[in-house]
Amino acid sequence: MSEQKAKFAELQTAIDKHKEEKGALMPVLQAAQGIFGCVPMDVQEYIAEALDTTLSEVYGVATFYSQFSLQPKGKYVIGVCMGTACYVRGAQKVLDRVEKELNAETGATTKDGQFTIQSTRCLGACGLAPVMMINDEVFGRLTEDEIPGILDKYKI
Amino acid sequence: MEQMIPLTIDGVRVEVPQGTTVLEASRKAGVKIPTLCYLKDINQSGSCRMCVVDTGARAFQAACVLPVTKDMVVRTNTPDLREARRVLLELILSNHNKQCLSCIRSQNCELQKLCKDLGVEDGNDFAGVMNQYEIDDFSPSIVRDNSKCIVCRRCVAACDKVQEVGVIGATGRGFKTSIASPWNLHLSEMACINCGQCITVCPVGALHEKDDTSLVWQYLADPTKHVVVQPAPAVRAALGEEFGLPMGTSVTGKMAAALRRMGFDRVFDTDFAADLTIMEEATELVDRVTNGGVLPMITSCSPGWIKFCEHYYPEFIPNLSSCKSPHEMEGALVKSYYAEKMGLDPKDIVVVSVMPCTAKKYEAQRPELSNGGLPDVDVVITTRELARMIKEAGIEFTMLPDEGFDDLLGESTGAGVIFGATGGVMEAALRTAYTFITGNELEDVNFTAVRGVEGIKEATVKVGDLDVSVAVVSSTSMAAKLLDAVKAGEKNYTFIEVMGCPGGCVNGGGQPIVDASVRAKVDIRTERAKALYNEDQAKTLRKSHLNPEIKKIYDEFLGRPNSHKAHKLLHTKYTVRPKYEK
Repeated sequence: MSEQKAKFAELQTAIDKHKEEKGALMPVLQAAQGIFGCVPMDVQEYIAEALDTTLSEVYGVATFYSQFSLQPKGKYVIGVCMGTACYVRGAQKVLDRVEKELNAETGATTKDGQFTIQSTRCLGACGLAPVMMINDEVFGRLTEDEIPGILDKYKI
Repeated sequence: MEQMIPLTIDGVRVEVPQGTTVLEASRKAGVKIPTLCYLKDINQSGSCRMCVVDTGARAFQAACVLPVTKDMVVRTNTPDLREARRVLLELILSNHNKQCLSCIRSQNCELQKLCKDLGVEDGNDFAGVMNQYEIDDFSPSIVRDNSKCIVCRRCVAACDKVQEVGVIGATGRGFKTSIASPWNLHLSEMACINCGQCITVCPVGALHEKDDTSLVWQYLADPTKHVVVQPAPAVRAALGEEFGLPMGTSVTGKMAAALRRMGFDRVFDTDFAADLTIMEEATELVDRVTNGGVLPMITSCSPGWIKFCEHYYPEFIPNLSSCKSPHEMEGALVKSYYAEKMGLDPKDIVVVSVMPCTAKKYEAQRPELSNGGLPDVDVVITTRELARMIKEAGIEFTMLPDEGFDDLLGESTGAGVIFGATGGVMEAALRTAYTFITGNELEDVNFTAVRGVEGIKEATVKVGDLDVSVAVVSSTSMAAKLLDAVKAGEKNYTFIEVMGCPGGCVNGGGQPIVDASVRAKVDIRTERAKALYNEDQAKTLRKSHLNPEIKKIYDEFLGRPNSHKAHKLLHTKYTVRPKYEK
């Protein structure tokens, strides 16, 4: 079985589990996000057919909640905290620098598929403001000049 | 028995059945609560909050989704409520393209009317960042301009619930919410059936038909073109509304007069072609029944339904009658029979159809609906576009005399007239099929069992020794329901009539737009259909095969129904289309 086929089989298992529930779309989309790392068009069409709903409905829910992404996320997901404390301590400059260094906008993934840039709500580390996370690693008390060095460690 | 709930609205004591909303109850109290996203039977979501009322609860509540409770005291008109509604309007206006002067819905816009009624002046209280959108005008039928959209979701409900097409929805979140197709694809890239029901429910100018009026003016001004026009049956049942006449007024004679004054060289009538459709379709039905053809046979006049079938129920394509829709038949004959008679080169003829329908615009562009590289129909305008042209031309519509249609392709029977209402094609077909099968004339031509606006109607009709089992559905959601039952073997029919819009063409996507407050009180479908049934009743000839022009065209040109020539000019084929366009 190809990798893609195995993923759809896994999705079908999740659909079978939730199909009869009211509001099955949410848990099925969550499962799909977990399995595929995003919910691209073919996955959404598959879900619409399986749950006997419209693609518009699936797409509407998928774009309403920020936990779902339509494009695959990068190997490293960078989250720059835009909470109040981080913001007043210069988070915007940090974010701008990340965008500049990676040549990609917030919300987008770099062309090589390595990085996805996100701005996040409060990460709960206000004492370290401004803060950013790369996958599970936290970087605090950042200055924009530190950004290139940090990113270099993740670049291939 | 239903339990009655007493309550007080603005000091008026009323009793309403349990489960009634405060909005519905308010009508009984003679109170009109302003609404914007509410549309009776279609959209009740409480999302615009315009109908807020004071029940003494902690916050104002939306009356359209608030069920009545015993002894509830409702106030609908206090200074605070009026201010709340004004603020809501200001907030909507802060992200609304306020170019009202050039807006297609100016003076027919529910938002504009509310602003006027509630005393909202310049609408700049919350001026700030506005969303920017591209106009989607790639569809030959429907244009979406989201800069006018107020995200009320009435179009979404019409598309999803009324039609079960569901190619649009709310996308994104918060301020960025917009009504769009998945991945912001153009409507033309979706399995949209072009029915235009979204347009007729839009309270503002966010949705409208693709305007082809300037193209028609251009042809009319071109001396090298011979421009022929044909209005559909349902147009005459609604055009008068655009000129202030009551709903259900038939304006056939004035419409013909107006078209002549606009400068058309010939004013024909699609009703003629409706009679012709019956000749071809009844013959096809008799042939299928007697020679073991695919049954049930399903009518093919409604282009919204046809595209729905091609996308969503392609397994029923063999069941579709091969007959082109009436205006396409008329167009094909204008460019052959009529051209020959008049000694005209078909290349110099322009056929303009006036239709109650936006899907007809798409249909006219189908490559298979042509002959020798020339499309059967060149331009389709809707009832609304015709009304705009009549106004633009300065024609005093209501003062016009009643005139008739031109000879050759203009005469019709009552059977042709009722094509515009759900059940009409079935009734017209039965009147003629009866004669084709039994050789006798039917005494009572009224098949009342197939009339009316119910979603699905069934009847068994005795035709000689045959019991013909028929079904009539309108709206594609009802068609889907019926086809599912046929597919599952639960239902068995010989002949099915499907019209894509609820109530049939009288309620088509190209018809005059009716304000939600009027829709709450009257059934558009019934009122407009009355105009057609009255016309049928008043006609001496009520069976298609008795139309003298029909007899003449078979004698002189086509030979007999379903002849080789008839097949070449009047029949078509269909295409399996994907549900999700790639």
